[in-house]
Amino acid sequence: MSIRERLSGNEAIAFAMKQINPDVVAAFPITPSTEIPQYFSQYVADGQVDTEFVPVESEHSAISACVGSQAAGARTMTATSSCGLALMHEILYIAASNRLPITIAAINRALSGPININADHSDTMGSRDSGWIQIYSENNQEAYDNFIQALKIVEHKDVQLPAMVCQDGFITSHAVENIELIEDAKVKEFVGEYNPECYLLNEKQPMSVGPYDTPSYYLEHKRQQAEGMKNAKIVALEVAKEFEKISGRKYGLFEAYKLEDAEAAIVIINSTAGTAKDAVDKMRNEGKKVGLLKIRLFRPFPAEEIAEALKHVKVLAAMDKTESFSSQGGPLGAEIKAALYHEEKSPKIVNYIYGLGGRDVKVEDISSVYEDLYEILATGVTGETYRYLSVRNQEGK
Amino acid sequence: MAYNLKQELSKPERLAGGHRMCAGCGAPIAVRGVTRAVKEGDKLVVGCATGCLEVSTFMYPYTSWKDSFIHNAFENAGATMSGVEAAYNALKRKGKIKGEYKFIAFGGDGGTYDIGFQSLSGAMERGHDMVYVCYDNGAYMNTGIQRSSATPKFADTTTTPSGKVSTGKSQGRKDLTQIIANHHIPYVAQTTFFRNFKDLHEKSEKAIYKKGAAFLNILAPCPRGWRYPTEDIMEMCKLAVDTCFWPLYEVEDGKWKLNYIPKKKLPIADFLKPQGRFKHLFTPDNEHLIEEYQKEIDQRWEDLLVLCGEKSL
Repeated sequence: MSIRERLSGNEAIAFAMKQINPDVVAAFPITPSTEIPQYFSQYVADGQVDTEFVPVESEHSAISACVGSQAAGARTMTATSSCGLALMHEILYIAASNRLPITIAAINRALSGPININADHSDTMGSRDSGWIQIYSENNQEAYDNFIQALKIVEHKDVQLPAMVCQDGFITSHAVENIELIEDAKVKEFVGEYNPECYLLNEKQPMSVGPYDTPSYYLEHKRQQAEGMKNAKIVALEVAKEFEKISGRKYGLFEAYKLEDAEAAIVIINSTAGTAKDAVDKMRNEGKKVGLLKIRLFRPFPAEEIAEALKHVKVLAAMDKTESFSSQGGPLGAEIKAALYHEEKSPKIVNYIYGLGGRDVKVEDISSVYEDLYEILATGVTGETYRYLSVRNQEGK
Repeated sequence: MAYNLKQELSKPERLAGGHRMCAGCGAPIAVRGVTRAVKEGDKLVVGCATGCLEVSTFMYPYTSWKDSFIHNAFENAGATMSGVEAAYNALKRKGKIKGEYKFIAFGGDGGTYDIGFQSLSGAMERGHDMVYVCYDNGAYMNTGIQRSSATPKFADTTTTPSGKVSTGKSQGRKDLTQIIANHHIPYVAQTTFFRNFKDLHEKSEKAIYKKGAAFLNILAPCPRGWRYPTEDIMEMCKLAVDTCFWPLYEVEDGKWKLNYIPKKKLPIADFLKPQGRFKHLFTPDNEHLIEEYQKEIDQRWEDLLVLCGEKSL
């Protein structure tokens, strides 16, 4: 029997980590992810896990220790947010290129400056090209479920890449919600033992990790890494199927909500999807054919499947909770446009920047986006494609 | 058993020949000197900061390392080895590893005194059972001889060139050995290639087999950066020790001990003169700089004598 509980997103992640019982956790506190290593240290202090906890002096050292530990043959994880993830940036690439299946619980928070502790996606979007799998979560339940599934995806022999499991700082990391937890034994059986093929502490076969790679080999090594990332999409679906067996909960590459017959739709990431679903329900009651697509896997980006799910839509808004300063929108906007480019009848697409630095987004805000989409539909004029939602002192639309 | 260099040299090498380091480089001498102190049956994981040693000993698809080896980045050898050691503790506890492993990280002065300083300090403070070895050649040699905080005063480097209005690096050296000693870890020592390598060997042995964090600072001359004839490396090290530029000492469980006091302390000019990087000091207008240098050396030596109980205040 599964366990009914009430947990915050951070508690849910810490609980998943306890159930997984990793070999090593190395972490440094940063709001809003701090609670994860705090809760976890208490598990260590109470002997509830066998983990070596390394309380490092920075996030840079956290991820560096994770690289050493995972390369040594130990299942390793950490948690961070915002500037912490930015400080890890250089080492994220090294972890991925060394094919080390480290897992990060990434609690999304705006990057400095100005300094801000609330949720947006500038941190993980800043590492989207680092070679890490990125899985996004709408709520505490998804954060918990995704974290457990991530482990099985990253360690798969066809993948062997690290992953960050993302959720919105405070909005889900600190808000307590009902959650259904899986029994310890089932989680343990699901994730299994970590038995890597090659590792530093293999007594029979020493190995060297982290070479100087010349132009004669570097390109092929990157190509192999890209293959691993491509495989992650297939593996994520296999793992989701297995996960459904122990949890009863279904996961795909993304979630399509009332999308089948939608003429206007939005694509959105993390907690705002919950708000947006309310907006969709309201407008559906008014007879409007609206829907949404919520991203789960952003890296790898399941472009073909997303295009298939969206190609019938007439007008579309990609919602970015981050700026990319390209002067034409955010990273999700760019991916969505690229995914639909080859469709013969691609929807009209606009891209909104919203909710930066934790700015609250209400149902009415999302409804206003759908209204904008209907205006495009009615007039046939797309207008400005790079828009800001609910921003003061600016036309924005 | 009494130390015997010939016997030590007959042991199998842990760093294979054929690597790409320059002829006469001090770094592989330091690596071999330290790793010779690892007992033959014991396994080893070597960590390495980015630098000459790393790029020249592990160029894909070849490795010179017979033991397991990990290079992560320039600034994080300390943290990386913290992770390896933590993994060992976890896997050993679970019964997944049977044998004894030792952990040694190597970094140049760039990766140790400067960019990797925080990572090193953290690893030492947390007390991981590992040895961090700095091969100090007094500049960023891998990128082409730029100054570091280990570069001696007045040295001509590519970022502190001597010129019409410059006499080379204007600052003195950071004393990293003492800084790490003040982390109050079980073992810290300063050494170099001296006589029959007994000092280096014994200090390595202690550092490796004493439980907890240990730090070795090894002066490892770079003939390219220092500009002296390649074959004179042992002479350069001897002059560094006999002028008290590089005193041989150790701090074991908080006890400071000077391992060598020169019978005749040589003037610092004897160490500076054979090196091209100090050439500009030996002109008639710059004599006062050598006097200034001597004063700094004398002061640091006097302070060390007091710390080591050879002299009272």
